[in-house]
Amino acid sequence: MLRQLFNFKGGVKPQTNKAPSVQAPIGQAPLPSRLYVPLHQSIGGSPNPLVQPGEQVLKGQLIGSADGWLSAAVHAPTSGTVLAIEDHVAAHPSGLPTLSVVIEPDGRDQWAARRPLDHRTLAPERVRELLRDAGVVGLGGAVFPSHAKLTAAKTVAVEQLVINGAECEPFMTCDDLLMRERAEESVRGIAIFRDLLAARRVLIGIEDNKPEAVAAMQAAVLQLGEDYEVVAVPTRYPAGGAKQLIRVLTGKEVPASKRSTELGVQCFNVATVYTAYRALAHGEPVISRIVTLTGNVEQPRNWEVRLGTPLRDLVALGRPKADTSNYLMGGPMMGFAIPDLAAPVVKATNCVIAGSPSLFPASPPEMPCIRCGACAEACPHELQPFELYWFARARNFGKTQEYHIFDCIECGCCSYVCPSHIPLVQYFRFAKSEIWSREREKQAADAAKARFELRNARAEREQTEKAERLARAATARTAERKALPVKADAAASQPAASVEAAVTTSPVDAEAVKKASIVAAIERARAQREAVQPRNTEQLSAGQKKEIAAIDARRAALADPAKPADATSERTGG
Amino acid sequence: MDFSTPPYVLGETSVRRVMLQVLLGLLPGIAAYVWLVGASIVLQLAMATLAALTGEALMLWLRGRPLRLFLSDGSAIVTAWLIALTFPPLAPWWLIVVGTLCAIVVAKHLYGGLGQNPFNPAMIAFAVCIVSFPALMSQWPVLGLKLSLDEQFKLIAGLAPRIDVMSGATPLDALKTALKLGEGSVDVPTLLATQDVFGNFAGRGWEWVSSGYLLGGLWLWQRKIISWHAPLGFLGGLSLLAAALWMWSPQQFASPLFHLFSGGSLLGAFFIVTDPVSGCTTTRGKLIFGFSVGVLAYTIRVFGGYPDGVAFAVLLLNLCVPLIDMYTQPPIFGMKNEP
Ligand code: SF4
Ligand code: SF4
Repeated sequence: MLRQLFNFKGGVKPQTNKAPSVQAPIGQAPLPSRLYVPLHQSIGGSPNPLVQPGEQVLKGQLIGSADGWLSAAVHAPTSGTVLAIEDHVAAHPSGLPTLSVVIEPDGRDQWAARRPLDHRTLAPERVRELLRDAGVVGLGGAVFPSHAKLTAAKTVAVEQLVINGAECEPFMTCDDLLMRERAEESVRGIAIFRDLLAARRVLIGIEDNKPEAVAAMQAAVLQLGEDYEVVAVPTRYPAGGAKQLIRVLTGKEVPASKRSTELGVQCFNVATVYTAYRALAHGEPVISRIVTLTGNVEQPRNWEVRLGTPLRDLVALGRPKADTSNYLMGGPMMGFAIPDLAAPVVKATNCVIAGSPSLFPASPPEMPCIRCGACAEACPHELQPFELYWFARARNFGKTQEYHIFDCIECGCCSYVCPSHIPLVQYFRFAKSEIWSREREKQAADAAKARFELRNARAEREQTEKAERLARAATARTAERKALPVKADAAASQPAASVEAAVTTSPVDAEAVKKASIVAAIERARAQREAVQPRNTEQLSAGQKKEIAAIDARRAALADPAKPADATSERTGG
Repeated sequence: MDFSTPPYVLGETSVRRVMLQVLLGLLPGIAAYVWLVGASIVLQLAMATLAALTGEALMLWLRGRPLRLFLSDGSAIVTAWLIALTFPPLAPWWLIVVGTLCAIVVAKHLYGGLGQNPFNPAMIAFAVCIVSFPALMSQWPVLGLKLSLDEQFKLIAGLAPRIDVMSGATPLDALKTALKLGEGSVDVPTLLATQDVFGNFAGRGWEWVSSGYLLGGLWLWQRKIISWHAPLGFLGGLSLLAAALWMWSPQQFASPLFHLFSGGSLLGAFFIVTDPVSGCTTTRGKLIFGFSVGVLAYTIRVFGGYPDGVAFAVLLLNLCVPLIDMYTQPPIFGMKNEP
């Protein structure tokens, strides 16, 4: 199968270290004595717990329902008793606790009712709902709810569906083993995604250091009579980044500001596709995942692990060597140090690496940047990392945005090649979080300002209304007086005087009220105009306007987590 | 183990490694130079290195920086060697010491040390010394001068009279002087053919020194220590201008080949305009930077008052680096079709 491949710029070739963990087939990790299932396991809304402490649950039973569209459900990984719903340490660099359902397995591992379905008989909307309720999320590591990526852009047809089996992170082999052992089901799952997106072509990208996986997938495609292309792509980190793989296979470059569907392409991790197939064709929600356990352990291997299994139980399966000093979750390029082994395996846990001082030597002391440009050469997004670094250090965050800091996918290539050993990614994360928190502050301030203005407007409106009421009353009285002159004349002098007084004052009042209401109306109009066109942007150059528009777009993208996350989802895993 | 931030694996690279390779890249040129003028050049290299490390240590200590870390990064030695290779080989010892200290203390550390200097320190040293000591800086040994090591040492140490042996000139100088004296009655081809100082296609002997630099430079490029943009820009700018004038009047102007292999052309192309700290960082910027240095160097060397123009051209362009970089930012991934 000859197909023109495209090249992405930059990238690095770290030692892959994949061989140790592919020697044994995928093992079934035993059930631990307790499962801690976090309710929030996707980018998006946090599901609400549906069970009570003391309740019996069955394997696959819904325990947390999707909260809103951009969320994914969570299920009981086995049958047993709910002991508690409480905060438990999360598998996150911060180690902060997250609301988790604690389940004591009963050992029977008894399934709840499963309903196998054929996606072709269902409305697309229904399929998306089913995927959401089965908890299908991007298993490459980004855990973006998959159903939310399964809608084509309004105006652009999906030309290519890219299935990401590249798995470029060193050490990681979970997708490799999945493709070797479960190629058929993975390939079957692709049809669901293809049909929902009405994709014209399907390209399965696998790094060429996994010939067994390539062969297995090719055989499965052939056997199922599909017209998918299995493409071996050159091994170079981060070829498994969604954007890099899309580039290599289709030549399209998806900028940070766009969704890939806007360019007629979408990308899913192969493990995601597999779980989608299990969810529909077998009615099995996502309750386990394949995790590579490797590094400084006696027995490196891939395990199918129930979600919620404490990492301590998982790690014990590999028998860590004595000098193991720390554990990484994810690969060494983009992963993080696990702060606490009590944290559970979650949908994002693709790989756990036991580290030792010899495996991951201390990084040499940081030297000043010598502007050698090696980082720019290695950056797959063609950024100028050293410029970003200078600006981030100087806390000149506006400049970092000008130099496209939000296009940085934190792949770590720049840090990898830097002769001065500058932890560049750390600086970029710092800059990004600073910008985010400033945006949040600004949004809060904007909201407060809006509230304040609303209150002012209301007070003003009430005042005007009151004045108008007064004016109406006065006119009414004048009219009344005019209508009844005789009566008034005939009336006793005392009340007439009072009426006279009222009449003489009323027109003046009415005049003032009229003026006031006109002034108020003008004020309102001005305020409206200003709201439409902020004053400080009136006299800007075209360039500045464009810049502001770009910043606004970025801000909008930040406000809408679907967008950037969509674009970067499943970046690692694969 | 630093587990604060990924990546947890790093490539096999360091500033020291980079600098070491630059030094290795200089070796072929140095070897040819030794063959041409004698072991004095080794002495100059050693003195410059010593002066550079001393100056560096002093400044690091004054600035409270870790001594071991920075002294071993090799950057001061690169500067020192470039100075030793651009100064006259038999210059008195103090000249090279003054030049080196000037480069390390002023051009490097007073601007903030490694990575912060806007000007190429070696070129600062050259410029300062040629302005302050023009006579000493233009005393090149007569070609074919065979001095014993002892005599060379005495000259450098200032223990022997300099005048008689030092009347030589660089080929570039010789050409310029001859043309000036001849007032139009001599022409370049005749000069090159008759004068002893000229060899096959450039200065006799110097051709081989330059070829050595070319060799080392290509090796550095192949090792990806330097990119081809700045050198090619430089050599392109120099030879384009040289070719244009040469074609217009071959009687008055030497060929581009002569210029490429004379003076500091090839040393400059591969070891000076490629200095990352004081040069441009974008690919287009490097081309522009190199090209402009080439054009300027030619102009100064042929029409100006100094025998070679590389140093001044580099320093002038160092000033323009921020501007060039700013206007040559490449489009990023996914934005290449944007206006
Ligand atoms: S690789 Fe490191 S030293 Fe080189 S330019 Fe980038 S940040 Fe600076
Ligand atoms: S971490 Fe960011 S800046 Fe560094 S190479 Fe990756 S994308 Fe480029």
